[in-house]
Amino acid sequence: MTELDATPDIVGIRTSLTQVKDTTGTRVFRVVNGVILTIVCAVTLYPFVNIVAKAFSAESYIAAGQVNLWPRGFNLTTFKAVMGDSMFWTNYRNTVVYTVVGTAIAMVLTTTFAYALSRKHLRGRNAFIGMAVFTMFFSGGLIPNYILVAQWLSMRNTIWAIVLPGAISVFNLLVMKSFFDGFPAELEEAAALDGMSTYGIFFRVVLPLSKAIIATMILFYAVTQWNSWFGAFLYLDKKNLFPVMMYLRNLIAAASGGTEVTGNMDDAVQIGANIQSVTMLLTVLPIICVYPFIQKYFVSGVMLGSVKG
Amino acid sequence: MAHQDKVAEHVPPAAGGPRPAAAGGWAIDHRVEQKLHHKDSWGIALRRDWRIYTFVIVPVLFLLVFRYVPMFGNIIAFRRFRPGGSPIGDEWVGFQYFDMFIHNPQFWSVFWNTVILGGLWLVIGFPLPIILALMLNELRSRKLKRAIQTISYLPHFLSIVIVAGIVLQLVAVDGSVNQLLGVFGIDPIPFMQRPEFFRAIYVISEAWQTVGWGTILYLAALTTIDDQLYEAARIDGANRWKQTWHITLPGIRPTIVVLLILNIGTFMAVGFEKVLILQNPLIYSTADVLNTYLFRVGIQSGQFSYATAIGLFESVIGLVLVLSANFTSRKLVGASLW
Repeated sequence: MTELDATPDIVGIRTSLTQVKDTTGTRVFRVVNGVILTIVCAVTLYPFVNIVAKAFSAESYIAAGQVNLWPRGFNLTTFKAVMGDSMFWTNYRNTVVYTVVGTAIAMVLTTTFAYALSRKHLRGRNAFIGMAVFTMFFSGGLIPNYILVAQWLSMRNTIWAIVLPGAISVFNLLVMKSFFDGFPAELEEAAALDGMSTYGIFFRVVLPLSKAIIATMILFYAVTQWNSWFGAFLYLDKKNLFPVMMYLRNLIAAASGGTEVTGNMDDAVQIGANIQSVTMLLTVLPIICVYPFIQKYFVSGVMLGSVKG
Repeated sequence: MAHQDKVAEHVPPAAGGPRPAAAGGWAIDHRVEQKLHHKDSWGIALRRDWRIYTFVIVPVLFLLVFRYVPMFGNIIAFRRFRPGGSPIGDEWVGFQYFDMFIHNPQFWSVFWNTVILGGLWLVIGFPLPIILALMLNELRSRKLKRAIQTISYLPHFLSIVIVAGIVLQLVAVDGSVNQLLGVFGIDPIPFMQRPEFFRAIYVISEAWQTVGWGTILYLAALTTIDDQLYEAARIDGANRWKQTWHITLPGIRPTIVVLLILNIGTFMAVGFEKVLILQNPLIYSTADVLNTYLFRVGIQSGQFSYATAIGLFESVIGLVLVLSANFTSRKLVGASLW
């Protein structure tokens, strides 16, 4: 482009800047885009609404295929039945215990390790990071893990088989590490000059400034632990040790006949969609309740960690 | 060591003069510190940073026990394992167990099921969050954007047990999908008894659960693209599509590449837990994957060595896939995991 073209170009800029925002094409695109996204949302929500409707409906209406968005034959008898089942409450309480203990252990390990790995001058730092990251790409596999937990460590039918094997998620570790990486070194140097030890700096300076990422990580670990069932499936035989997800899993397995029932259900009577829906609703309730409050934290937490990483 | 820390604590911060040299590494002059770190032996590093190392001990022990010991435990793929016998197997048998599964037609059917299901999910499931993120990015209403994000993240937080339960209810003979088909005059289909539907059911349910959450990293990457680039493009007469193609997509390319490599690495491990709950013997011909197969022959039938050999085979494929994807992307687009 030669210098002579400069003047007409500037005129061109003016017109294009004012016009671009209002072309019909753009407006049509926006509307279509909004509509599609709204449909995506409706499709995402439908299964939830359907479960709620089924939970409050009579089984006969569900079996006739008449329950979609709204309950038919409204009743609470199933709620009373499930909530009156002492095994349900035992399993529910187990889930709470496993979640609290598991999350606490995971948080202590992840936070301290991530902080140590973010100290750039720590000797052996890269080896530790490599050691953690390698486990993301290569794992021992199901059977060796099973033999380790069940035989070598004899953790069968103990809480440890449930809370220990998943205690460090390397993904969470890396998110946290990159958050700590972003800490201004001056802040910690100043604290050190004030006579604080490494522990003092960690507990009194670093942790209080990391609330968003800590809340996020607690949510991630707690949700994972709350939702898990497979560890219990592998390592627990005693029904009264089961987490509530195993209770639900056994309902589903019993209902969908094809899969073998593991002999955990006393009542091998027909288990309908109604009772499944009620149990699903009750087990997902805590997550739904906490979700709106922590959402803003985890979005910012994950983004903070990921953008830098 | 202890007395030096005490000294450090008692020195008033404002006091001039030489600072104590080994107060947890913090009070050392910056330049001196840098020099020290390059030549440090483990002894000096340990003495200076011992408090930090206390943070490392338990997590490293954890990784060694729960991640590295099982890797070593793979040794039973090459040794005969007897329940109640030695936990690392009783005698060497070489590649006998690998031979066994390679000559087993059932293994190959399961292997191809895994490849097809994993491939299908990679081809369909990987681009979806990118598309959704681009669409969300075009929304001008912040409220609508926030609402859609909130709703689309939600399924990610559900247990696999609940998702499987929902899926089984939706595709049941009296479920919503069949009701919808009924509107078009189609007779109810027992989806979970027909092998030909399993892949579609799996991919759709997986998309439902993960697509919204998958957008989060792309949306984060999108916010880092400089607005001036779009202005410049508009001045050059680029329409919306061209802006997306020439600015937005290249802007999030590193994120795309990293996530693609990670996805390729887990390609063989397709939704094990979900498949395990969803599948039933009637639909094994499409729904049985490596992991569910090795679970059955390993944990349920107690053929530990045989199942471990299959698991090791799968892990090695996963590792090779990650390494080659990473290598290829570094050569081709210059972005890689490490």
